[in-house]
Amino acid sequence: MSAYFTELTLAHFLTLGAILFSLSVAGIFLNRKNVIILLMAIELMLLAVNMNFVAFSRFHGNADGQVFVFFILTVAAAEAAIGLAILVVLFRNRNTINVAELDDLKG
Amino acid sequence: MTANDLFIALPELFILGMACLIMLIDLYLPDNRRGMVSFISVMTLVFAGIMVMRWQVTDAATVQYAFNETFVRDSMADVLKLFCFVVLGAIFIYAKHYLRMFKLFQGEYYVLSLFLLLGAMVLISAASLLTVYLGLELISLSSYALVALDRDNRRGSEAAMKYFILGSLASGLLLYGLSMIYGVTGTLSLSGISEMAALASNNITLIFGLVFVVIGVAFKLGAVPFHMWVPDVYHGAPAAVTMLIGSVPKLAAFAMAIRLLDNGLSPLQDQWMGMLTVLAALSIIIGNLVAIAQTNLKRMLAYSTISHMGFMLLGILSGTAQGYSAAMFYSIAYAIMSTGAFAVLIMLSRAGVEAENLDDYKGLNQRSPLLAAVMLMLMFSMAGIPVFVGFFAKWLVIQAILDVGLLWLAVLAVVFSVIGSFYYLRVVKLMYFDEPETEVKVTAPADFRFVLTINGLAQLLLGIFANALIALCVASF
Repeated sequence: MSAYFTELTLAHFLTLGAILFSLSVAGIFLNRKNVIILLMAIELMLLAVNMNFVAFSRFHGNADGQVFVFFILTVAAAEAAIGLAILVVLFRNRNTINVAELDDLKG
Repeated sequence: MTANDLFIALPELFILGMACLIMLIDLYLPDNRRGMVSFISVMTLVFAGIMVMRWQVTDAATVQYAFNETFVRDSMADVLKLFCFVVLGAIFIYAKHYLRMFKLFQGEYYVLSLFLLLGAMVLISAASLLTVYLGLELISLSSYALVALDRDNRRGSEAAMKYFILGSLASGLLLYGLSMIYGVTGTLSLSGISEMAALASNNITLIFGLVFVVIGVAFKLGAVPFHMWVPDVYHGAPAAVTMLIGSVPKLAAFAMAIRLLDNGLSPLQDQWMGMLTVLAALSIIIGNLVAIAQTNLKRMLAYSTISHMGFMLLGILSGTAQGYSAAMFYSIAYAIMSTGAFAVLIMLSRAGVEAENLDDYKGLNQRSPLLAAVMLMLMFSMAGIPVFVGFFAKWLVIQAILDVGLLWLAVLAVVFSVIGSFYYLRVVKLMYFDEPETEVKVTAPADFRFVLTINGLAQLLLGIFANALIALCVASF
């Protein structure tokens, strides 16, 4: 059995980060139904980046990356709060959170 | 952290303190005294401006670091901050009239704008990936909330949601790129990254990270093909917010491009030059062509922004000190022009109705010769007609790319700025040669008209005395 399957290396964490990141980007572009799923995809994207930062931080043996992760987590919380607030406003004005129906603005 | 660190970041700390204070004051003010919030906000900018100018860094050689080299104060930062204050001060005065007209006159606009300004200042002074990210997010989060300021407006909430989703996506992409760069270089400080990148300029992971960083920067500037949010946000947001989003964040986005691409990743210049060339050429072509088809002034100005950002990128992609100062001149000139154009739009608006259709400008000269003259100067300046400041801005960036031998790009820029002048001159034609559709008098408070007149004249004066501003920009690099 090759070493890839027997021990965990930086590459494994980066692969996981890349998979999570791709999932979240796909989630944003493929989803036509529900805005809440978009918000979830955005959170997932930030967490995928966190995975990268922690892995690299451990790899380099310096704590900078992990400090960065704390800031990203804090900002993600603020971002989720604002996103949900906008979602509430949107629902009150339009009675729908269907992505396909957000089409007043175009041209 | 030492006292000197705090001293270097004094203007930022002052803005932060005042933003919090204004939030508290606003809570206890009765509705009829709300004007005080606007007054204190403008005064905040005046004092912050004095603080920057009193200890201004005036030569490119002096660089002051603070907070473990995460925050930098240099001549570019100080000049950009001063222009942020000037532009935001004018916006506060314009916005007061607009917010009163549309029954939105609350403290939130001023508090969020000051936080946006704080984010812009942090981004302008960023010396580490961490400060770049935090500054950028502070700008973004404040502007998402500002776009949804008119909370009973269908279009406003739709624009806010679109802006939020696409803006967060861009932040995510940028962060992914930053994580890759951190992975290769093992440091967050931009000067450290520059040293490490010089040793590994062909590292494929580093270039992979760079692609994401360029996408993030392009998104914040609104360059094609990452421009989808610009027209919708410009159209859907209240005009006072559109005016804000079109000015201060553009200055900050310019600084972000310089910090990341020049201060951080200059060893990869060959790579990012090619990417920016594509972005700039597409922005100039698509921005100008699509703007012609617009009948809504806010959408037209949105596409004009896209093309202006394309021109600004020309200066950055040249990768020379001359090019950077040309791009800096362009972004400052653009911020002043676009603020003025939205102020004209606000002055023509009536309670509840924004003057956003081009037909609203018919015969403006007969209704208000002063307003028509100001709009004429702004449109001429945006079109790049000589003597006005917009002409020198275009001239400098085109000269910068000619110096690095990109003749085809220069020809393309000139051809499309001629095509672009069509839609600016159409506004002038509507104002001067068509009959007005209404006889409603155009009115605005005295301070509004005073600032707007100065804003219009600035197009001419900054053009005639362009050397002073050019010297400031040249001294920054």
